[in-house]
Amino acid sequence: MPIAVNGSPAALPDDPRVSLLDFLRERLRLTGTKKGCNQGACGACTVLVDGERILSCLALAVQYEGRAVTTIEGVGAPDALAPLQQAFVGCDGFQCGYCTPGQICSALGMAAEARRGVPSAVTANLTAAGVDFTPEEVRERMSGNLCRCGAYNGIVEALRETFAPEFEPGPAGGARTAGAGR
Amino acid sequence: MNEFRYERAADAAAATQLGAHPAAKYLGGGTNLVDLMRENLERPGVLVDVTGLSAAIEEQAGGGLLIGAAARNTAVAEHRAVRERYPVLSRAILNGASGQIRNMATVGGNVLQRTRCTYFYDDDGARCNKRTPGQGCDALGGFNRIHAILGASDHCVATHPSDMCVALVALDAVVHLDGPNGARALPLVDLHRLPGDTPNVETNLHPGELITAVELPALPLARQSTYRKVRDRASYAFALVSVAAAVDVADDGTVRDARIALGGVAHKPWRASKAEAALRGRPATAAHFRAAAEAELADARPLRDNGFKVELAKRTITAVLQELTGVDA
Repeated sequence: MPIAVNGSPAALPDDPRVSLLDFLRERLRLTGTKKGCNQGACGACTVLVDGERILSCLALAVQYEGRAVTTIEGVGAPDALAPLQQAFVGCDGFQCGYCTPGQICSALGMAAEARRGVPSAVTANLTAAGVDFTPEEVRERMSGNLCRCGAYNGIVEALRETFAPEFEPGPAGGARTAGAGR
Repeated sequence: MNEFRYERAADAAAATQLGAHPAAKYLGGGTNLVDLMRENLERPGVLVDVTGLSAAIEEQAGGGLLIGAAARNTAVAEHRAVRERYPVLSRAILNGASGQIRNMATVGGNVLQRTRCTYFYDDDGARCNKRTPGQGCDALGGFNRIHAILGASDHCVATHPSDMCVALVALDAVVHLDGPNGARALPLVDLHRLPGDTPNVETNLHPGELITAVELPALPLARQSTYRKVRDRASYAFALVSVAAAVDVADDGTVRDARIALGGVAHKPWRASKAEAALRGRPATAAHFRAAAEAELADARPLRDNGFKVELAKRTITAVLQELTGVDA
């Protein structure tokens, strides 16, 4: 069974030593996913697997047989940016841009976690129904992605602009009500 | 990375059959093992992927929880029963690593992760008895700010890096094992070893043994439990000192029972039995909390750079007990 990458099936590598990161970059030529530290410390290689964010450098491609991988190339295109990508531009959320694909994929996975009510290390009440999408929560939840340029304030602003309205209480905020039943 | 044969195990029986090969290693989420293989510190001939084993979190008849070894860290931390009945475990997991790594890492793999001692990782430039037995330990006289203050030896001063295990030890968790000689269960506190003169032997697992589940016993006082981690960065860093604690105070203000474990201080998740004994039956006051912490740290043997951990551990234990009981300084 192949891996589905951005909706297209890709044959698994024969050599089990090939990381998912190298598989994406070297075999499929999807170079948007970046190789930073290659040891799980920087988050630049973050991709989504079945909607969950993981580090592709610590993943062996063979382990992900039959799974659906989304890379930055599957999020948006240069002439059709996803709303989060547009927000990164608007909020000056990147400088060199090297960590940005990982930041974007991580943020999409992070928002999905927050929607289903996953707490974080800074969540005061572990049993609360929903997540307060505060800057403090965003910073903690995104702490696996390092930015050497220090564009963090712009990144947090872009994430808040894109996702915070979902988490506000009231009829417009879907997540809090959706999370209440879980 | 050396060449290896990759096998995916459908269940525990298949896994232990494949794992009986002397060069086999079990692979969970890979967040530690893949890194160690890339650094040539692990060189398995057969890699047995056990992420297909049970990841279920099941209620036990007596009120405990049985967590399948393939359960992801995120799944455990977000589980409703864990958040309500064992908050110390949710908090410990959420204080470890990053969102991406918690989505990959499994419970079984977390238990068996290896030390982050920088000298252990420095294969080219440092001596390490854990990596190469008998070679010597460059951490002993080196930069040992992050190293152990309790239970260490002249052969090794490395610490165990897991946050989750500190909570599990405080909760009296039991590890379920399966292997060539059958299934057995072991209290988690007895799974990891102190270094002694064989720091390369890190656990009491038999060859080929596999962790299949971690069991949390029913522990009503764990509803009042928490985890505090002190580290150099606000997030995504290993602990300098961490404290997992649960405490039950009677109506008359005396401590009926307490569970305390420490991370970042020893070669294994450290159960603070002396502090617990010092607390039981005594009034829940800041002075008694401090005295309990003093009792636990009395045997501390700091190195050149990590003497600060002794006082840090005392203060963190005291602060966590105050937080749990609402007792002011």
